Amino acid sequence: MTTSTTFDAPAVAPRRSAARARWLAVLRTPVGAGAGLLLALVLVLALVAPLLWSGQADRIDTSAVLQGASAEHWVGTDALGRDVFARVLVATRLSIGLALAATSIAVVLGLLLGCAPLLLGRRGGRLVTAGVNIAVAFPGLLLALFFAVVFGVGMTGAVLAIGFAGAPAFARLSQTLAAGIAERDFVAAARIAGVGRFRVLLRHVLPNIGEPLVVNATIGAGGALLAFAGLSFLGLGVQAPSYDWGRLLQDGLSGIYIHPVAALAPGVAIVVAGLAFNLFGEAVAKGIGLTTALGGGFAPGRASRREATRRDARRGAATEDQGLPVTDPGPEPGRPVLEVQDLSVTFPGAHGPVRPVRGVSFRIGRGEAVGVVGESGSGKSLTALAIARLVEQPGEVTAGRLHFQGADLLTGPDRAHRRLLGTSFAMVFQDPMTSFNPTRRIGRQLAEVAQEHQGMSRGAALARAVDRLRSVRVPAAERRAHQYPHEFSGGMRQRAMIGMGLMGEPSLIVADEPTTALDVTVQRQVLDLLAAVRAEDDVALLLISHDVAVVGQVCERVLVMYAGRVVEDLPADQLRTGARHPYTRALVAAVPDMDVDLDQPLPVIPGRPVDPAHQPPGCAYAPRCPLASARCTDEDPALDDDGAGWRVACWHAGEVAADRDVPGAAPVALALGERA
Amino acid sequence: MTSTAEAHPATGASRRGTAVLDGPWVRFAVRRGGQLVVSMWVLVTASFLMIHLIPGDPVRSALGPTAPASLVAARRESLGLDDPLLVQYVHFLGGLFTGDLGESLTSRLPVSQVIAQRLPATLQLALLAFLVALALAVPLGVLMGVLTRGGRRRGGELAFSTTSVVLGAIPEFLLGVGLVYLFGVQWGWLPVAGRGGPESYVLPVLSLALGPAAALARIMRVEMVSVLQADFLRTARAKRLPRRRIYLRDALPNALTATITLGGLLLTALVAGTVLVENVFAWPGLGSTIASSILLKDYPVVQGIVLVYGAGVLLVNLTVDVVLALLDPRSAIRES
Amino acid sequence: MSELRFEGVSVRYGTRRRGMTAVDRVDLTVPDGAVVGLVGESGSGKSTLARAAVGLTPLSAGRILLDGEPLRRTSGPRPVQMVFQDPYSSLDPRMTIGDSVAEAVPRGIRSADRRREVARLLELVELDPSRAGAYPGQLSGGQRQRVALARALAARPQVVVADEITSALDVSIQGTVLNLVRRLQHELGTSMLFISHDLAVVRYVASEIAVMYLGRIVEHGPAAQVLGDPQHPYTRDLLAAVPGWSPAAPDTAVPPEVAAAEPADPHAPPPGCRYHPRCPVGPLARPEREVCRTTEPTTDHRHAAACHFAAAEQPLARAAD
Repeated sequence: MTTSTTFDAPAVAPRRSAARARWLAVLRTPVGAGAGLLLALVLVLALVAPLLWSGQADRIDTSAVLQGASAEHWVGTDALGRDVFARVLVATRLSIGLALAATSIAVVLGLLLGCAPLLLGRRGGRLVTAGVNIAVAFPGLLLALFFAVVFGVGMTGAVLAIGFAGAPAFARLSQTLAAGIAERDFVAAARIAGVGRFRVLLRHVLPNIGEPLVVNATIGAGGALLAFAGLSFLGLGVQAPSYDWGRLLQDGLSGIYIHPVAALAPGVAIVVAGLAFNLFGEAVAKGIGLTTALGGGFAPGRASRREATRRDARRGAATEDQGLPVTDPGPEPGRPVLEVQDLSVTFPGAHGPVRPVRGVSFRIGRGEAVGVVGESGSGKSLTALAIARLVEQPGEVTAGRLHFQGADLLTGPDRAHRRLLGTSFAMVFQDPMTSFNPTRRIGRQLAEVAQEHQGMSRGAALARAVDRLRSVRVPAAERRAHQYPHEFSGGMRQRAMIGMGLMGEPSLIVADEPTTALDVTVQRQVLDLLAAVRAEDDVALLLISHDVAVVGQVCERVLVMYAGRVVEDLPADQLRTGARHPYTRALVAAVPDMDVDLDQPLPVIPGRPVDPAHQPPGCAYAPRCPLASARCTDEDPALDDDGAGWRVACWHAGEVAADRDVPGAAPVALALGERA
Repeated sequence: MTSTAEAHPATGASRRGTAVLDGPWVRFAVRRGGQLVVSMWVLVTASFLMIHLIPGDPVRSALGPTAPASLVAARRESLGLDDPLLVQYVHFLGGLFTGDLGESLTSRLPVSQVIAQRLPATLQLALLAFLVALALAVPLGVLMGVLTRGGRRRGGELAFSTTSVVLGAIPEFLLGVGLVYLFGVQWGWLPVAGRGGPESYVLPVLSLALGPAAALARIMRVEMVSVLQADFLRTARAKRLPRRRIYLRDALPNALTATITLGGLLLTALVAGTVLVENVFAWPGLGSTIASSILLKDYPVVQGIVLVYGAGVLLVNLTVDVVLALLDPRSAIRES
Repeated sequence: MSELRFEGVSVRYGTRRRGMTAVDRVDLTVPDGAVVGLVGESGSGKSTLARAAVGLTPLSAGRILLDGEPLRRTSGPRPVQMVFQDPYSSLDPRMTIGDSVAEAVPRGIRSADRRREVARLLELVELDPSRAGAYPGQLSGGQRQRVALARALAARPQVVVADEITSALDVSIQGTVLNLVRRLQHELGTSMLFISHDLAVVRYVASEIAVMYLGRIVEHGPAAQVLGDPQHPYTRDLLAAVPGWSPAAPDTAVPPEVAAAEPADPHAPPPGCRYHPRCPVGPLARPEREVCRTTEPTTDHRHAAACHFAAAEQPLARAAD
């Protein structure tokens, strides 16, 4: 159970008011507002009800015993003729008060136990943790019964029992939260800076676990309320003549056939009050992005997306598409494997649709290796996913043309292309650690491709999987096919992933940062393997990478992406010295290689990449570009072909030589730029 | 960045993962067995100490202030309460191994006999509720997870989440009272008390199962949604497998492991919930006995039943861990 | 500034039976005013060594000396400070960056002076001092990493350990942090242990380079010499693997067993030379070199290379110091 405790504040607002704004935003959601109102009502009632209705609740009237609901007694009277409705209202104070008292005990004890490991050091901490782990395995009710026996039947005993019974859960929660914070680097940094254990706890740990603890305590109070009702209902809690809702419920239950509302009224009160605490806690947790102790019931991700905005996005995307100039996908190779024209991907955003990919066009010929480079957020990975038809809702993919081996992927249902894509289109993803299903054996994960698309039997498919693993140089392929992903190293998994793509007869491999998560020596092995596969079967390769050097080494042609557009499409051997777009040149210069001049500062690109939600009207690179002119900020240059297949989108594409060292301007200026 | 940051991805590479008798499984059995023994010892010791933690003389408070001193002394004698604590502890442990849990202060019946009489009713109730909860929660959670994946159908998600939060927040005994009112009092369809024919099981089982089922379904949906966003699911989609196959083969087992990890707590709570539900429905099981025994201060009986409940909880936890280890090959290794 | 020396340092994790030795008998010196670049693949123990140097991980053997004196845990800022890899985790999200830096300023300074010191440090790392009240959430990755540097410097350290400080940054930002590290090092003469998996980055900032493999230092010498004339086959493999600008032809001379070799398991390091199962000049390629399987190589070779077949020690090898 991971409980996230950090939140990325909006960039402008100061932290504290941001926190307040988050809590206020919670109250604006329907569930949050409803629960908040309910909770306020219950708390007010707890304060004032005994003052207003005590007399009515305690007045014995032997002439009106066990009456049903009437205008005078809304939910009737009890065995002594007392008004049940008034009694339920008056019981609010005791019920809520006891629940809060028990919760405080649980929270304080839990916090002490939970933070003890941080203060006690390794050995003592482990002992406390082990104790808490054993205690937390037993359900609260059982612990409460145990402590009720020890502390004795009655109100005080029940408060202590429920408090003690709740403590292990809180201890576990604060332990998990605190341990999560304690292993963060800023705590290590504080310790190195000489901050003592106790101060680390006060200054770094507690402030960071405060919000989730408060939220869970709120939910815990709801639980304590119900537990109290339970104990009183069993006769182990509040004793006559005092009464809380559980007590009233028990009194009412004995006469449920004669007089059902007397039993139901306190029951409803318990449920309503319990829900008020519960829903409020959950709403707050959802609003501030936490997981609650029970694993949290609400979906992760951006919460406030509504159907309406999605529909707007679709419309918006459609109209804008007509506005974009049709981009030339470049010269037509002999037999193109892939043709992409004006590919765009749109997501709904808080302030209208966001388009991280805008009008990308290119072709890949048979056996050709094309690289895509760009900074993070340039839309290169999303382009790959869009081509592979793997962008899921709410993302929207539009394109003028998306042809794979002559088949139009945009028309017809996904099902129609399943076989073609399943056998001829291979994907390799970035993180080999998470890209295999951890609960299934590698061999089967490969084999199911052949079973599904090539109609092979289980055995034949597995044999093919072993053969493919062998072809990607997985040693002892037979044995390893029976292993689970966690038994493979990162490099081996990436090989198996390539092997999975080779189960059919691919004509295109799309590799999305296939070596980013690997060590350099392993990266070399995987790149060599991709090259060998390509050479052997004349397979085309689309290699996405942030590393200009890797792409330059492996590919024949390179597409440079910036802010969702292709800004240059050039031969790979021209990348290092012949690039025409200032961004390409800056990107190449910024990567230190083994020949970089040690006496010069490293060239850097000033400023930050464009936020896809705020695209400028002109060239997106203009704010960071040393060549930028007025025209650049006003007009977005088209991706123009020079006739030989070299495409550049820049008004100053020719202006090369004089500005060779401009990207490497003084670091002070850059620092200012980054402050944007 | 603790030791795990430097831990190597190929840790298991040299181990053969196929034979069950191999290293990781043996280690899992040893570790889990050790954990069980320690928990069992804590449980036994706690229930032994329970009598001694009670302020004052438990026998006096059980027999009441009017009981003659000679009777109290005799009862103390027969319970062995005058021996040194350690001797009593040894006797207690010895008794446990021979099935001797002492005798009731009120009825003078052996506690083991009381438990033997009452246990089957509780066991039936808990097991049935267990099955009903799983049968309701898993399919519903999976279905809702698929329908609301990636932020689809916000309205449906809100309705489902709210309903399940509300249902999960109603304690079992209140749900019981509500069901009694509707089915017993209002419509008179089902018996509301006692244990007889199959129809007498319906209401107790439902009131015990519905809350955990709602909470489990909610967890299942959340886990399903998050598994559906996992990288390996994208891989599965890149293999162009039919959706149903992806959901059942790739998503379900992974979502289930996460759900069981979190849901184990709910299932143990269900075991304890029998105490309340049995009291609502006058169900002749351990739960109704423990409540009345606490009120009568019949401590040996309470002690025995606490032990049985505790052991039941530990058994549920053990089952959960074994199921997890079988479902997810990593979990046997991960915890070490 | 001062000299940091590791003498026979070992760090073990886990139990006696199933533990792993992340760092194994490491001898390494960071000379006064020098930047020693430490390279190696993930799992080689670089980060563990860094954490041991600042006292976050206890040693199981050996000692760490600062100017010849064993490092002792004292109250107050430690003399060896560290900058972490992930700038999103190394700053407390609930603390202003000014407070984070101030926390490391030695105690016993009046608050006005403290504020002035924080401003000076922020300026030193090229951040606007008026932003001391900003929270980390409002800063970019590169800016956060500069705050982390300022915090490390606030403690007036004798040695700074930088653990992969640019690997979480985008390439366009990486340069600003590297330039800053170089400038500060020139201006302040800080001794530094600079850890990275990227040889090109290390080459840019380090005056000496140490190469780590499976918990051992396998080669160590002046940067130009180690890169220009690598002695250990692992160093040579690392260098060959750095993507260069010429299209690389797959290395055909390497036997297939070596080409497909997996990184070794640190839980069970191979006997003899730890690199032998992957070594292109070891027993896999040359069966007569059985010694690699059985005997651990000594380090009395050029650049202290732990390889049986490295060139003999050159008396002039360390003349550049």
